[in-house]
Parts: sequence; C-alpha cells; structure tokens
Amino acid sequence: MNFEWLGRQFDNIVFLLGWHVLLAVTPLILGLLIALPLGWWAHRSRRIYPFLVGVAGLLYTVPSLALFVLLPVILGTKILDPLNIVAALTIYTVALLVRVVADALDSVPQDTVQAAKAMGYRAYQSLLKVELPVGVPVISAGLRVAAVSNVSLVSVAALLGIPQLGSLFTQGFQLRFFTPIIAGIVLCVVLAMILDGLIILLNRWLTPWTPKVVAS
Amino acid sequence: MIRFESITKAYPDGTVAVNGLDLEAPTGKLTILVGPSGCGKTTSLRMINRLIEPTSGTIYLDDQPTSGMDAALLRRRIGYVIQHAGLFPHRTIVDNIATMPLLLGESRQKARHRALELMERVGLPETFANRYPWQLSGGQQQRVGVARALASDPAFMLMDEPFSAVDPVVRAQLQEEFLRLQREIGKTIIMVTHDIDEALKLGDQVAVMRVGGKLAQMATPSELLTSPADEFVADFVGRDRGYRSLGFTAAAGSVAVGEEWTVQLGASAAEAQAKATGAWVLVVDAGRRPLGWAQPEQVHGELRKEHLNLSGTSAQASGTMRQLLDAALSSPSRRGVVVNEHGELLGTVTATDVVKAIEAEPHLETAR
Repeated sequence: MNFEWLGRQFDNIVFLLGWHVLLAVTPLILGLLIALPLGWWAHRSRRIYPFLVGVAGLLYTVPSLALFVLLPVILGTKILDPLNIVAALTIYTVALLVRVVADALDSVPQDTVQAAKAMGYRAYQSLLKVELPVGVPVISAGLRVAAVSNVSLVSVAALLGIPQLGSLFTQGFQLRFFTPIIAGIVLCVVLAMILDGLIILLNRWLTPWTPKVVAS
Repeated sequence: MIRFESITKAYPDGTVAVNGLDLEAPTGKLTILVGPSGCGKTTSLRMINRLIEPTSGTIYLDDQPTSGMDAALLRRRIGYVIQHAGLFPHRTIVDNIATMPLLLGESRQKARHRALELMERVGLPETFANRYPWQLSGGQQQRVGVARALASDPAFMLMDEPFSAVDPVVRAQLQEEFLRLQREIGKTIIMVTHDIDEALKLGDQVAVMRVGGKLAQMATPSELLTSPADEFVADFVGRDRGYRSLGFTAAAGSVAVGEEWTVQLGASAAEAQAKATGAWVLVVDAGRRPLGWAQPEQVHGELRKEHLNLSGTSAQASGTMRQLLDAALSSPSRRGVVVNEHGELLGTVTATDVVKAIEAEPHLETAR
C-alpha cells in the first residue's frame, strides 16, 4: 500500500466516491418508484404476474456492459453521459424489485386486506395505508439486495470512462499499481455496508410493529 | 332492518351459491345464518356490504336498496367482524379500533378516546392500548375485532364466524360476553356460523340454509328444536335435540329442591360419614359454595382436597331444565347441585324430579 499516493489522490478519490454514491443511489430510488406500480399491477392480476416477473428476470440477465453500450443508441445520449449508467441501473433495480413488490403485497394477510375493504377503505386507501405499510419488511429486504448490487455494478462503467470508484480499478490495472485497486475495493465494500445499514434502519423506523426477534 | 329480496348469486361457471333468498333481519335483533359448508351463508353475508355483488335481487338497509349506494360509504355504516379478527398488524390496538371513526372524519383525539372506552367495554385492559396485534392471544384479538366493528357505533353489524378460531373455553366466554354486550347495545346483527350450538345459543332467530343457497327454515332457536320444518333441518339441528330443547325451558321453581347436608374441608372422617347420604357427602367452602363430592369411606383422618370428586356440574335455580338435568346426571351421587345466583348452595335435585317436572310442563312442545 502506498499511503503517500493515497494522500496525494485524496481529493480525486472523494470525487470518485461522490459520483459512485450518486450513480448507485439515484437508480435505487427511481427503480423503487417505477417498481411500486408495476409490482402492484403484477400483484393485482394473476395473468400479468408471470409476464412481468419473467420480463424482469430476462432484463436482469442482460450483461451490464452491453446495456451501457446499447443505451446511448436507444436514448440518443452520448456514450460518456452518466445518464446511461443511471438508466441502466434503474432497469436492473426495477427488474429486481417488481417481483419483490408483488410478493410484498401478496404477503399481506388476506384477512387484513378483506377487513380494510369491509371497513370502507377505498382501493387506493387500502394500498397506501394498509397493504404497502404491511409489505415494508419484504420490500426493504429486496431493496438491500438491489442496493448492494448497484454499488458493484456501477464500477463496470469505468470501462466507458465514466468517473466513479471503478476508475481506480482501471487506473491501477493500467499502472500495474495495487494501491488504487485496494482502495477502490475497500471503499465499495464500505459503501455497500453503509447503504445496507441505512436500509435496515429505515425499515426498523417504518416497522415498529414487527415482532422483535430475541437473540438466542 | 336488513332485508333480502329474492337474492341470487350465480357464478359464470354455473355454480349457484345463493338461490332466491328472502330474509329479514329485524332491527335490534341477532339473526344467525347457519348451514353446512357450501350453503352460501358467507356469500349471503358478504353481499350485504357488497364485498360480493348479487347477480339478481335487492338487499335493503332500513328500506333503502344498497345497490344504489357508494360501496365504500355503505361499508362504513356497517360493523364487520371476521374469523381471525383480521387486525391491521402495523397499528396498535387503540389505532386498530379507531380505524372506522377516523375514516368517517372524526378527530384523532376523539377517535382514540372512543377506542379506549370500547376496550373497556369488551374487557381489554387499558395497558393493551399501545400494543401490537401479534402481542395478543387469539381470544384477545377477537375482542379487538369486535371493538373495532363497534367503534363508529354503526346500526348494523355483520359477523363472519367470529368465535370459531379460538379454543372452546375462550369461545364460550366470548359468546357469553357478546350476548351481554348485545343486550346493552341492541344492534341489528347478522352472524354466520357453521356451528348449530352457537346459533341456538346466541340467535334471536336462526336461518338454516341448505346446500345450493336456499333457506330451509327461519325460526327462533326453540322452534327449530321443537318443530323443524323438514328432515334436513331436523338432521342439522342434531340428534339430541330433545335434550337440547330443554336448554330453552326455564326451570324457575318447577323442580322441588331437596335439602342436602354438607361438610367443609378439614372435617373428620366420622363427621363426613354422619352427614353422608348413601356413599357420598357434599363438600362446601365457608361461604356455602359447593366444592365437590367426597366418599367418607375413603377418608382417613381429615377430609382434604384430594378426596373431592369434581365431575358434577352445578345448576342455577334460575337456569334451564337442561342445566338441572345435567347437574343430576353428572353428579357421582346422582344428586344434582343447585345454587343461587351467587353460587351458594340451595340443595340438590334428582334426575327423576327434573324429568317429572318436564313431563308436567304443558307448554314444552313449542314456545311459539
């Protein structure tokens, strides 16, 4: 490890980290917002469910590099535009979360949903005030997977020259110099852990009602 | 009043769940829909608050047809209790109960205040207010379910197998409490059950439905037992209906209660022997409340708790013939223990005495 190099590059590394966070978190939020109505649709219609979940699964299998290269053609953006990365990762997040949201809504006890309807909740009120809140634990479990997966996928964009922590890998590779590579890996792991922890905290804050698991 | 006018529910696959049902649930009374599975009783119930839409026919709520109403607004006028309570797991008990008032636009403070009142009414301690449903037992959750249905003080209540998911002891307790509550509040209630005993115990009137969604008979519990309309109803009401109909005959004074000598715990074997009639002596506590029967010949030294035989039931003098007869039949001494409303011993009766009184009752055939 060359700490002196790290010291000199500190500003640059913080800049890369900032971009990494932005490129990983923005698609997470956008993806969730898009997956909510799609997941609701899949949950509502037994015929739509296999179709949506199937398409989502297929999308997830498209290699990320291919998507990064293809999207500019489809979107008409420049190849170096960070928007491509945001769009690609949003697609992956949606692909992961459509099924998660549908399953979260399915996980709400039938008795509870029926009681909400019978007490005079309209469909949207039941969704917003009963079904989604009760589905939060399942959704946040899926969100954790998507967050970690995004952090790791963002680094692939380094191959296109878009600045983020992945740039440290290409740099280290070109210079046959391990320090940036190790720094990049450590920062990616720490970032993933922090995002994961934030989602856990958010989930706990939103669900004070879940049974507390007693540590044994 | 809730009135069904030739209600039919047929599904696209040709199944007819309810077939031309005419029914009237009078205001302030508890009407029970009972029948085997597949008789359309739950479907009928759910058509009232339009969780299911009828294929033809009209349901009236106080002479207003429900078909023209906004379904959500209609439902907010009707309390609804279901089998597993169906509480909202993410809300505290007090917020669960406050649901309907809040939906109807009550202030949060008023709604919570009302919810706390109702908790007391259904026998839930105030300390439960801020707990979540998973922290309560099935019976407690069901009480919350009842409180939640009552929270907006609706004129109508629908109950779908409300007591069938709890164990028999808790069920009996909930039934008793619910009867007491209904006597105070006098709601117009329709309840669905598959349990004929529950129907006979709780209903002001009982509608027996048969498979295919047709009404077989609508009558009071004692009418059902004493004059079932046809073979199906007779079968459904059960084999021991003669015995059970005694449950609707008040004993009130018609059976002579004989005196019974008693001993208390700690009595000597000799005293127990002296007070015994036949092989058995009745043991009571200091307040003359019966504890059980003992056989003096098994007592050495003094009479202790482990000598007690607890198999006998006790009947209140103001109870029914069924309770009196059961007390006599279940007693090891064949003498049934009779108590007053405070549980204090009045004396004993024999099965022969009870049967004689039953034979002497002229109006036993029907209570019409």
